[in-house]
Amino acid sequence: MAVDLPPSTSLQPPTNKRLDWRTIPWWLVAIGLIIAFMGFRIISDPEYTRIFETILTGLGTTLMVTGISFICALILGLVLGLGRVSRNLILRNLSIGYIEFIRGVPILVLIFTISFAIVPALSDWITINGQKLTVPLTARAIIALVLIYAAYIAEIFRAGIESISRGQMEAARSLGMTHAQAMRYVILPQAFRNVMPALGNDLIAILKDSSLVSVLGVREITQVSRLSVSSSFKYEETYFILTAFYLTMTLVLSLLLQWLQRKMSSNVH
Amino acid sequence: MSTKLANSNQPMISINKVSKFFGDFRALDEVSLTVDRGEVLMIVGPSGSGKSTLLRCINHLEVPDAGEIMIDGKHVTPKERELNAIRAEVGMVFQRFELFPHLTVLENICLAQQKVRKSSRSDSEKIARSLLEKVGIPEQANKYPPKLSGGQQQRVAIARSLAMQPKVILFDEPTSALDPEMINEVLDVMLTLASEGMTMVVVSHEMGFARKAAHQVVFMDGGTIVEQGTPDQVFGAPQHERTKLFLSRILH
Repeated sequence: MAVDLPPSTSLQPPTNKRLDWRTIPWWLVAIGLIIAFMGFRIISDPEYTRIFETILTGLGTTLMVTGISFICALILGLVLGLGRVSRNLILRNLSIGYIEFIRGVPILVLIFTISFAIVPALSDWITINGQKLTVPLTARAIIALVLIYAAYIAEIFRAGIESISRGQMEAARSLGMTHAQAMRYVILPQAFRNVMPALGNDLIAILKDSSLVSVLGVREITQVSRLSVSSSFKYEETYFILTAFYLTMTLVLSLLLQWLQRKMSSNVH
Repeated sequence: MSTKLANSNQPMISINKVSKFFGDFRALDEVSLTVDRGEVLMIVGPSGSGKSTLLRCINHLEVPDAGEIMIDGKHVTPKERELNAIRAEVGMVFQRFELFPHLTVLENICLAQQKVRKSSRSDSEKIARSLLEKVGIPEQANKYPPKLSGGQQQRVAIARSLAMQPKVILFDEPTSALDPEMINEVLDVMLTLASEGMTMVVVSHEMGFARKAAHQVVFMDGGTIVEQGTPDQVFGAPQHERTKLFLSRILH
């Protein structure tokens, strides 16, 4: 049945060419402007240029600590997460105990405890050529971040595994697969996709928390900035530039993860 | 010859005094039942009657608290290795299909062949494609399950269980989650299997299927078998009040 619509200008389909000002991410524009302004200062002001170049020397360490910590924490977190949902009483309790221990202590305190108490206590047992092993501070920083973030990531994996309906496991088991095979080929691939955004958040969180290992004297960007300030007394310039460093990195990562997420979801469904 | 004959006299499934509790609730109360080779058994009953629980006990998706179950002469035990071997030979079709959404239709049918039966990729794909042909949707092989209609998904689920060359297939309300116009395409596949001599245990209220294909109908209520017989006996001339009441409700 056809309905005659009066010719009306208000029923025209919206033209896609004109940008709707409401859909523009103004927050992103604002942060972008702040970063651009800092970039302009760095280029135009020699003092800013000098400080920028100083902080830049710590960027490699920041990225390395973040990257290695995240990858190792992912692996250990997956193991802990699987232990967390295991039917084995001992494995489950060990995992829960570990996760709750870590989550109950501030990250900064854990960095001190792991780097200056736990790692030395363990490395004292190891002797190489009659000399006691001393673990470099950067390695201690990475060990601390891995041990801490593995607990947080384990909870993400647990939630992801539990988000998959029981029927999926039953379907896999009724085909004769072992519990491990069902996990590996049916549950985990789906869980991984569900927890991608949460894992991305933790990558950004590790990047930010890598600043905490400056307390160990690891020369990442925060530590380099602190050292620079202690001799130059250029508080304002240095900490503004340092802030812009973190902001740029987290923003780029966040946009990259969003893009990845969109690409993955459009790929399949 | 004689061993083969003796073997074929043995029932495919024998359920002996199986009980199952959920907390204090007695879901199954000493249920005994046998299913012969090539037999199509239908289990009907109100919700909560224990019919799905009984079906799920057969391949130990629910572990019975008492009693024993034999499939093709093998005792179904909770021992992992033996249980996995038995499950590989007992197909199961679920109400909500339970296809693996991250795998294509073809991969869904190939996965267990490759991981459990250790078949090669090309062998398993050959079997998968011929089974998709059999259930009437060969053109959907490379799609992901969420893109398919409910009826198509359930046919893929049947193909997936057939790929393991099962001795028996368990159907847990296979048409209950389907839109009415898709029920027949699934029932047609099930009728074909029945006519080919597949042993089937079907929990369903599809009367048409029961009359066309079932050899035996079991009416369950309150965790026990109330009435048992041919479809004509149970549906045409029910002996028990509870059966009559139930049938009057589902037949309107």
